[in-house]
Amino acid sequence: MIQLIGIELRKIFSKWRTYIAFLAITLLIFIIQISFFVGGKQYIHALTQNLKGLFYITGNLLNGYLIGNLILNGLFVQIPFLIVLVGGDLLAGEATAGTYRMLLTRPVSRTKVIFSKFIAGNIYVFLFLVWLAIVSLGLSLVIFGSGDLILFSNGITIISANDILWRFCGAYAVAYIGMSTVFTLSFLFSSLVENALGPLVATMSVIIIFFGLSIVDIDFLRQIRPYLFTSHLNIWTEFFNDPVDYSEVFKSSAILLGHTVVFLGASLYIFNKKDILS
Amino acid sequence: MEKEKIIELTGLTKKFKNLTAVNNLNLNVYKGDVFGFLGPNGAGKSTTIRMMLSLIKPTGGSIKLFGKPIKEERISILRRVGAIVEKPDFYLYLSAYTNLEILGKLSGADVSKKHIMATLETVGLEKRHNSKVKTFSHGMKQRLGLAQALMHDPELIILDEPTTGLDPQGMKEVRDLILFLSSEKGKTIFLSSHILREVEIIASRMIIINKGTAQVEGSVQELLNAQNIDVTIEVNDPEKALRIINETVWKDKIKSVKNDTIDMSLDKNEISELNKKLVQNNVEVHALIPSRSLEEYFLKITEGEEK
Repeated sequence: MIQLIGIELRKIFSKWRTYIAFLAITLLIFIIQISFFVGGKQYIHALTQNLKGLFYITGNLLNGYLIGNLILNGLFVQIPFLIVLVGGDLLAGEATAGTYRMLLTRPVSRTKVIFSKFIAGNIYVFLFLVWLAIVSLGLSLVIFGSGDLILFSNGITIISANDILWRFCGAYAVAYIGMSTVFTLSFLFSSLVENALGPLVATMSVIIIFFGLSIVDIDFLRQIRPYLFTSHLNIWTEFFNDPVDYSEVFKSSAILLGHTVVFLGASLYIFNKKDILS
Repeated sequence: MEKEKIIELTGLTKKFKNLTAVNNLNLNVYKGDVFGFLGPNGAGKSTTIRMMLSLIKPTGGSIKLFGKPIKEERISILRRVGAIVEKPDFYLYLSAYTNLEILGKLSGADVSKKHIMATLETVGLEKRHNSKVKTFSHGMKQRLGLAQALMHDPELIILDEPTTGLDPQGMKEVRDLILFLSSEKGKTIFLSSHILREVEIIASRMIIINKGTAQVEGSVQELLNAQNIDVTIEVNDPEKALRIINETVWKDKIKSVKNDTIDMSLDKNEISELNKKLVQNNVEVHALIPSRSLEEYFLKITEGEEK
């Protein structure tokens, strides 16, 4: 199994498309960081203008933690797209290239093939989020320095500098659970079709539709909303509340993991039944 | 003592919705056979091969390889099988060497540099081992396909159109390699080919299928010899020759008469007897040209003229 995972990782990281996600996210973050470097003071001024009569504001508000948080908030729609780029290709890419025939005439069970691809894909998702953390948080700390984090969601939350790093670790950990669910959904679509574009479009369509259902405020939709995985993708923001509501974090994580298990189970069932005609 | 059955298909059937791709196919391939698997496009050859390798599931019937059912013993069977299924497709973004390394690992082959290079040398690709497969021609991919099929030293080699895309020299090399693997290494070869002459040269036994159904099975030579052969007879005096033939039992076997040739349909022994008869009656026989080949036989079988 370890050998199979190694082979799958080798295939993933030998493809140019794998690095598109890393390059795109790096480029986007650089642009955001440069923008804040140039016009960040005006942004902070606009943000804190209404507070000036109420609070005595001191210290470095335009710091790496704020930029890291803003980037994570701003890019959370793009990240699934970049993950699906690889996830959707894992099985369908083999069908398109015709390599299913080579792969599945080897003395390896289809179940092992699925699990090795799933694990390798999850390693990719993990590495992608680690890279995101390094570039968005690590590099922002280098450029903008450290300081307290001031957030304006559901009121004002101020978190002191020495209380932030673990929150980012927690946020990235649950963000990984969410992104793993998105990846597994694209993996499921990938087991169904024979071209890599299909899973990408299908997964993004599901995410957009589910997000749409979360916005429309109708009783029926309100009832099903808690069961849609998209309602839990932003649970990472909970780590920037004070105090953190861990029951919400665990509940959302469990729902996301449940979706992952169902998507993986369906992929396994479909792939084991599938006739390889490509 | 009966030879060991390496492939045993019994009542094999595959239906895709309204299409029956393979219908109640029975065949046996014995140890050491070079077995030709013939049929026109859409006859069900590739579907049969895919079922044998468990890429697709049969609707009915059974498949046994090495005496074991593929459904239950897939992994232990595939360790002993090397295959090219239709066109050889590889990971184009990887080198030939890495492709073999990956596929070899999955097959449990020796993936030492020495063994991989030796395998590449067998198919004449050792100088391109570091080139990405996307830079390869179809013929080179075909050679690499052979390499991956042979890498783990399998007992049964299933080859689906292995010479497609090769130049005449390449085709000859592959044929020689197949003959070498069969005669020197004792491998059992299951060869699907649209080049009928290839099967005639290489195969010891064959089956012809059409529309998913077996038309004929047996030894290549027996099948060819058992049937009448179309012969064109060139003589110095066609009228006299025709008169002589019309006085014999062979008169009904004349198919056509042209300027100085007579076309007849005879069995193997009758050809020499007729030749003798004509010469004894002072007719100079310039040529006896048998037009009977596997290709013609194949066409007749698949067009339903002869069975």
